[in-house]
Amino acid sequence: MSTLEIKNLHVSVTTDAGDKEILRGVDLTIKSGQTHAIMGPNGSGKSTLAYSIAGHPKYAITGGSVTLDGTDVLEMTVDERAKAGLFLAMQYPVEVPGVSVTNFLRTAATAIRGEAPKVRTWVGEVKEAMAALNMDSNFAERSVNEGFSGGEKKRHEILQLELLKPKFAILDETDSGLDVDALRIVSEGVNRVKSNSDLGIMLITHYTRILRYIKPDFVHVFAAGRIVEEGGPELADKLEEKGYAEYVTA
Amino acid sequence: MSLPTNYLAPSGREEAWRFTPLNRLAGLLDASVSLTSTNSFIAGNLPTGVSFEVKKSSDLGPISTTTDEATLRVRQSAIEVSHLSISDGTELSAPIVLKRSVLGGTPEVSRLLISAGVNSHATVIIENAGEAVLAEDIEFSLATGATLNVISLQEWGPKTIHLGRSHAVIGKDATFNSLIVTIGGSVVRLLPTVEYSGPGASADLSGLYFATDGQHLEHRMHVDHNIPNGKSRVNYKGALAGDKARTVWIGDVYIRAAAEGTDTYELNRNLLLTDGARADSVPNLEIETGEIVGAGHASTTGRFDDEQLFYLESRGIPADIARRLVIRGFFQEIVSKIKDEEIEERLMSRIDGELEKVGA
Repeated sequence: MSTLEIKNLHVSVTTDAGDKEILRGVDLTIKSGQTHAIMGPNGSGKSTLAYSIAGHPKYAITGGSVTLDGTDVLEMTVDERAKAGLFLAMQYPVEVPGVSVTNFLRTAATAIRGEAPKVRTWVGEVKEAMAALNMDSNFAERSVNEGFSGGEKKRHEILQLELLKPKFAILDETDSGLDVDALRIVSEGVNRVKSNSDLGIMLITHYTRILRYIKPDFVHVFAAGRIVEEGGPELADKLEEKGYAEYVTA
Repeated sequence: MSLPTNYLAPSGREEAWRFTPLNRLAGLLDASVSLTSTNSFIAGNLPTGVSFEVKKSSDLGPISTTTDEATLRVRQSAIEVSHLSISDGTELSAPIVLKRSVLGGTPEVSRLLISAGVNSHATVIIENAGEAVLAEDIEFSLATGATLNVISLQEWGPKTIHLGRSHAVIGKDATFNSLIVTIGGSVVRLLPTVEYSGPGASADLSGLYFATDGQHLEHRMHVDHNIPNGKSRVNYKGALAGDKARTVWIGDVYIRAAAEGTDTYELNRNLLLTDGARADSVPNLEIETGEIVGAGHASTTGRFDDEQLFYLESRGIPADIARRLVIRGFFQEIVSKIKDEEIEERLMSRIDGELEKVGA
């Protein structure tokens, strides 16, 4: 049982007009096996929360803490956070020209596991995970995310989730840009990882659509850089009906 | 073609020499320094249809004219010429490898002519390693329908001075693919140049260079579209790391009035890995006819893409390995054209090693 604990997190970014505070005191605790949906309007800071936990250099932590089983995550380098068991499925996965998916996955798995995976079992492992996500085998030879469709990029993110087996996954708008079939395949992938590994999930989304496939235990409404309401799955139904209007003050 | 007699050393004010550190050329352009003529190429076992001979320079003169002072010096001083000839219709599946025997600190000149016969198909790999002070004149003659792939590797030691022109005269419907890799040497200045002798011919000039502390690596293309329906593609990629690492890329493409139907595109991309390095990139396109298929150029010089590094690091990959992956990826497009895994890995490993040395 692991715990990811975010306490009173404040985060700023530097803009041309000076520093701008995006997160204004976020409190959230996620335990293994739990799925927390973070829902909120565009621009509320949901992605900033995701990237700050992963350690993107653009975001400056100005207050608060993030710990994984009591260990300070904010002190870790980006790769150390991944090795500690955090995974961020990005909304816009980055293209890395000239680096094949095969090479990338193997390098990442080697780093996370602390030793190179054995060739024989590894090839099978990758093939199986790709097949489960309906990914063509020629995918492995392509450059990371280069020329991938929106759906392919998201499947590639979930493929990494399956292979890297983190303790906690932050899924940042994984549902955006997916058609119904792709959404189902991607969601099944997430559920499969969770059933195999007691994964804790922070599911960031704007829409309730993905929650039909990935059932949240908790729903948090995010607005203006903090969590403004919390509840169970029924809160998502209310958002579906009424939108975010009541949380957004002019 | 007679050898020039009125050689004049460049002063550095010439457009063609303004980037080059003339004070580091170890006498190669100094008329008072006598140059040794050398035929240091060693050809391995040659397949049927291929010959390699050393001939008198006076019996086998140059096939092209040039104004390049270093090449003129070679033509003035070279007594012999190495001639690799691929006969008509010869199709080779394995590459021909030309290696140099060990040269040294003595300034030397070298002439090489490679003739590709009608409808022949061959790959030649020219491997330069060790230390040398060398000026060379390489020419390629492609007969009708020939395909000639040339991979030229400059894996020199740190002291080498190397000035060279490699000029292709491409016949009707022939295809010339050149790949130049320069990762060693103190000063390397190469002129990959092309002219066409028949319509429908195609040239692809690719290159990769990697400069660290104090290295000056210069590549100056000149593509002369002088005949209709010619095609050319230029794609050079470079990376620089360390103090006073210096690269120069000049891409001159000339479309003459007669060259209707020309299709050309040139691209140069540079990656600056540390402060203190400098890349010059100058594409020049001169067009004398509007009746062309296409003409374009692009040049970019930038730093590491932080988003790429973040993406890799967020998957547990340590920063230094992430940087190495990105650089390997940057060069992959060029290196993969070699189609020889052993050479590809050797080049990439050397780049990895030099990156580590400069701490990039």
